[in-house]
Amino acid sequence: MSQVLDTPPHTPAPADDDLAALAARHGLSVSGARPSLPEYVRQLWARRHFITAFATAKLTAQYSQAKLGQLWQVMTPLLNAAVYYFIFGVLLGTKHGVPDYVPFLVTGVFVWTFTQSSIMAGTRAISGNLGLVRALHFPRAALPISFCLQQLQQLLFSMAALVVILLGFGVPVAPSWVLAVPALVLQFMFNAGVSMVMARWGAKTPDIAQLMPFVLRTWMYVSGVMWSIDKLTAKDHLPHLVTVVLETNPAAVYIDLMRFALIDSFHAAQLPPHVWATALGWALLAGVGGFIYFWKAEETYGRG
Amino acid sequence: MAEQNSGRIPTVIADGVDIVYRVNGTGAGRGTATAALHRILRRRQAEKAAGVRRVHAVKNVSFVAYKGEAIGLIGTNGSGKSTLLKAVAGLLPVENGRIYTNGQPSLLGVNAALMNDLTGERNVHLGGLAMGMSREQIRERYQEIVDFSGINDKGDFITLPMRTYSSGMAARLRFSIAAAKDHDVLLIDEALATGDRSFQKRSEQRIRELRQRAGTVFLVSHNNKSIRDTCDRVLWLERGELRMDGPTEEVLKAYEAFTGGSDKKSPPKAKAA
Repeated sequence: MSQVLDTPPHTPAPADDDLAALAARHGLSVSGARPSLPEYVRQLWARRHFITAFATAKLTAQYSQAKLGQLWQVMTPLLNAAVYYFIFGVLLGTKHGVPDYVPFLVTGVFVWTFTQSSIMAGTRAISGNLGLVRALHFPRAALPISFCLQQLQQLLFSMAALVVILLGFGVPVAPSWVLAVPALVLQFMFNAGVSMVMARWGAKTPDIAQLMPFVLRTWMYVSGVMWSIDKLTAKDHLPHLVTVVLETNPAAVYIDLMRFALIDSFHAAQLPPHVWATALGWALLAGVGGFIYFWKAEETYGRG
Repeated sequence: MAEQNSGRIPTVIADGVDIVYRVNGTGAGRGTATAALHRILRRRQAEKAAGVRRVHAVKNVSFVAYKGEAIGLIGTNGSGKSTLLKAVAGLLPVENGRIYTNGQPSLLGVNAALMNDLTGERNVHLGGLAMGMSREQIRERYQEIVDFSGINDKGDFITLPMRTYSSGMAARLRFSIAAAKDHDVLLIDEALATGDRSFQKRSEQRIRELRQRAGTVFLVSHNNKSIRDTCDRVLWLERGELRMDGPTEEVLKAYEAFTGGSDKKSPPKAKAA
C-alpha cells in the first residue's frame, strides 16, 4: 500500500481457500450470519425477559427526573385528551350527533396514541440504539418489540385514567369491557409488525424518522379519532371505494373495537362489517409479515 | 500451513476481512442543506461524489486464533482495533471476507444497555438480561456483582440512580456486571483501565479467571504492561492493516520502536477511500 515502512518478519497469512477449508474442517460458523427463522424465533423467546425488562426500564426512566414522577404516565394522556376536546369538541363542534362524545374522543385518542407512538418508536428502534446493537448480541427484533411493549404499558396507564373518565361521564360497567383484551392483543400484534417494518427502513434511511410525524398525523385525521366514521359513511354520498378504505383502515378498526367494548351507546351497528375478521387479518398480516421482513435484514443492522 | 496446526483447535478465523464505515452528511465537507440536496440529486453517481464518506477502517486482515490463546491487539488510536473486535463479535457487518467463529464471541461490556436514570440495582438486572443471562443466574450472582463493584462500600448507593454515581463508581459497576458472565471467546476492549488502583487489581484478577474459563481471549489495550501480563500473542494493526502478528515480546518491541520514534509523524486516523 502507500506505507513505505519496512515489513517486519512475520508468518504470512495463509491463502483464502485454506482458511475457509480450515473453518469448515473444525465446524466453525460465520460470525454475524443470520440464523434460520425457527432459530431466530427460539433466540427471541430466550430473550423474552430482556424484552420486558427493557420496556419497563425505558418506561420508568422516562419520568424519573420529573417532580411528579410516574404521575405523568396518567397526566400526559389526560392532557392530550383535554386539548383534543377543546379543539374538536368545543371550538369545531365535531361532537354534534355523537352521544357520549368525551368517552368517544378519549378512547379514540388513547388507542390511536398507542399505534402512533409504537410506530414512531419502531422507526428509531435500530437507528436510535446503534450503541446497543454494536455492543451486545441479541436478536434485533427484541428492540422494536420491546418499544411496542413499552407503549402497551403506557396505554394500560391511560386505560386506568380512561376508566375513571368513563365512570365520571356515566358510562356503566358492562360485560363487553372484556372485549378490550382481545382488541388490545390484536392491536399490539399489528403495531409490533408495522414497527418492525419501520425499524428496518429507519435503520437503512434514518431520514424516515423526520417524515413519519406527517404521515402519522394524516393517518390520524382519516382514522376517525375525533369524528365518527359511521356518521360520514351512513350518508351514502361517498364513492364505495372510499367507504371501504375508511372502514378497513386498521387504526379505525382497532379504535372502533375499543369504543364498542367500552361505551354502551356505541352500538354494534356502528361497526364496519366483519370487524373482528378485519382486525385479526391486519394483526396477522402485519405481525407475521413484519417479523419476517425484519428478520431478512438481521445481519445488516448496525452498519454505520 | 493449516497442516502444521492440525493439532490445535481454531476458535476464530478471519479471512481477508475488510470493514468500511459509511458516514452521511459530510458532503462537500459541510452538513449544509444544499450539500444534502446535492447528495440526493446526484444519488446515482459514485458514493464519494454523492457526499457519503467511506472510512475504510480495517483492510484485508487475516489471522487464525486457537483455543487457549490470549491475543493482544495493539496499534495507535484509530487503527481499527475496536472495529475488528466488534466484527469478530458479529456486531459489525464485514464488507469483504469472512470471519468464522466457534461459539458466540462476546464483547466484555454492557454500557449501552444500562440506563442512567435507573438505580444500580435495576441496572444489574437489565445488564445481565441484555448479556443473555437468565433471571436465576442474575439472582444467584447479584450479591457477588455488587460486592465486587464495591459500590456499597461507602453507603447504600446501589439503590440510587446511576446518574448520581461518580464516573469511577459507574465504570466499576459496569465492569462488574460485564464480568459476571462466562464466555467461549472473550473480547476485552481497554476494560482494565477502570476505577482506582485497588479496583484495577481486582479486575485484573477477574480477567485472569475469565481467561481460564474462556477458550480464547482478545484484549485491546494501550497499556503495554497489561498486554505483556496477559497475552502470549499480539496482533499489531496500523491504519487498518495487520502490520505484525507474532509472540508478544517480538511485536511489542517493534511497536515501541515505532511509537517511540515517529509519534509526531503518525498518520491521521481516518481517510476517505
